[in-house]
Amino acid sequence: MTNNKSGLSEIVKSVCCWIEGFIFLFGCYIVLFGHLTPGGGFAGGVIMAASFILIMLSFGKERTDKLFPRTRTTLVESFGALLFIAVAWLGIYYGGGFFANFLHQKFGGTPFTFLSGGTIPISNVAIALKVMAGLFLVFYVLSTHKVILDEDISKTEKDK
Amino acid sequence: MNTLPYFVLIPLAGAFLVVFLNVLTRNKVRVISEILANVITLALFIMTIFMFNKSGMYVIGKWVPPLGINLVLDGLSGLMLSIVNLIAFTATLFSINYMRRYTANNYYYALFLLMLAGMNGVLLSGDFFNLFVFIEIASIASYALVGFGTEADELEASFKYMVMGGIASTFILLAIALLYSQFGVLNMAYISEAIANSEFNILLKFTLFLFIAAFSVKAAIIPFHAWLPDAHPAAPAPISAMLSGVVIKTLGLYAMIRVMYNIFGFNGGNMLAYMGLISIMVGGLLALGQMDMKRLLAYSSISQIGYIILGIGLGTKLGILAALFHLVNHSVFKSLLFMNSGSVYHRLGTRNLDEMGGLNKVMPITGGTSLIASLSISGMPPFNGFFSKLLIIIACIQSGHTIFAFWAIAGSIFTLAYYMKMQRYAFFGSLKESYKSIKESPFFMSVSMIILAILCLATSFLLIPQLRDAVLTPAVEVILNADTYKALVIK
Repeated sequence: MTNNKSGLSEIVKSVCCWIEGFIFLFGCYIVLFGHLTPGGGFAGGVIMAASFILIMLSFGKERTDKLFPRTRTTLVESFGALLFIAVAWLGIYYGGGFFANFLHQKFGGTPFTFLSGGTIPISNVAIALKVMAGLFLVFYVLSTHKVILDEDISKTEKDK
Repeated sequence: MNTLPYFVLIPLAGAFLVVFLNVLTRNKVRVISEILANVITLALFIMTIFMFNKSGMYVIGKWVPPLGINLVLDGLSGLMLSIVNLIAFTATLFSINYMRRYTANNYYYALFLLMLAGMNGVLLSGDFFNLFVFIEIASIASYALVGFGTEADELEASFKYMVMGGIASTFILLAIALLYSQFGVLNMAYISEAIANSEFNILLKFTLFLFIAAFSVKAAIIPFHAWLPDAHPAAPAPISAMLSGVVIKTLGLYAMIRVMYNIFGFNGGNMLAYMGLISIMVGGLLALGQMDMKRLLAYSSISQIGYIILGIGLGTKLGILAALFHLVNHSVFKSLLFMNSGSVYHRLGTRNLDEMGGLNKVMPITGGTSLIASLSISGMPPFNGFFSKLLIIIACIQSGHTIFAFWAIAGSIFTLAYYMKMQRYAFFGSLKESYKSIKESPFFMSVSMIILAILCLATSFLLIPQLRDAVLTPAVEVILNADTYKALVIK
């Protein structure tokens, strides 16, 4: 599983192997209980993205390329946004207004229990997907891509 | 009023759908994003036609204001909505052929639709924080679009735009925070009511100052204009058309008018008129010396925004009517001129006026539409620019500012001068040997230019009393009477 050629030392990799799943799980918890406890889609999404960033930092980009390739990240990001908009849009048809919480209107639920939020947990999941994929993409692009301008090329040619 | 959320919902969903479908098809089918973007902008434009002379409020998520968020449609936002979505449609039509020269088309259309969603949101939002969020959505999308070519000068322009836009956004956020600290609500109509019932103290004055400074940056009024002559030429042509045509008006002018007149009930004395006068002359003089076609057009935008500000700053009914009329007209002809420059760039690969000449012989549609737009913007009858400039001048005289009127006429002569210069260098004169084999611009580019050229004539009819009462007068009444806006929300 571990590749000695890329990434950081064996110690970092071993520790990362242990904790990456827990970080991701904690992110999921923050997202799913966003309507009951502090946190929510954005905070949870950032934590979930942090787990992928940790993997990328310790193992190098090859492993994240396999785990979460760029096309899949883009797909997850767009899907998150579309899911959020879809939930808001369904409110027009089933709840009587844009963003109306139609599930809560229909099923109610006891306050402070998991199933009391109606559409809010779904929206939180949507935001989390968007933020996770978006933040990871930002990190990925900033750390692996470099803009090379024509001026830079001519400068290096001059130096040679 | 049930259609109001769709103005934000459709372009926002479209933006992500474009990316989603393109990833699914592995970026092989370019036509998906083109069709999707064009259908969305056309649908939105058709929807806006039914919005004229209507007013109302839409409550989001069944949370009634002042706690909840609301969307408000009145005469002013209806007028702006229609012009924004019209220009957006012609720009996407133009993009079909023009954007073939770039890679990553799907991201272009996604950002374009995101920018459109932001602008529609700004126009409809009845809540200060949402106004800020939508301004940021539109601005950030436009920063990315300005740097879309990723060449050195484009990235530099985009960065400059981002720094100045970022400072402006910070000012807006600070001003909103100050208002919230004072009144404890974010709903625009309720804040307006609270301001009307309270003393106009130093904190409110500072807040108003922050708003005016921030929106002046977004509208590129001199001396806050430094980003515009870099950003507008650097963007791809359809984006330049959007930026000059509608973005500076929506994020800058519309927001400034709404906050000053409707929220604060402050007409600024003649402050705006003086800012306008400076913009007219400095923008015009700077445009006169440009040899880069798009840079000339960008400076011209600053000058023409000056006319709009001058009309609004007069504060009379005729002045505001003329200013709004000029705003509509300027959107049409400036977008057309930027599309002309894009069409020339598409075929010649240059924006330098020195390298052109005699293009009328090989590009008759581009040349002809550009002549129509140039005559319109210079104020030649029977085109729309003549009527709006004439009305601004009459309004100046009517309100007793004869010097303003002479100043505006002098500015108009400068406008004529630099557009004649552009025509002379680019489209008249002798054609270079190397350009003899050049063809007219592709089909969709020509179609969108012809649509806008026809509109240059057709918008003159907005002065016919029946049309004027349906389109322009409701907007003027909203600006002049702050209570009409409040009455829509507070019942």
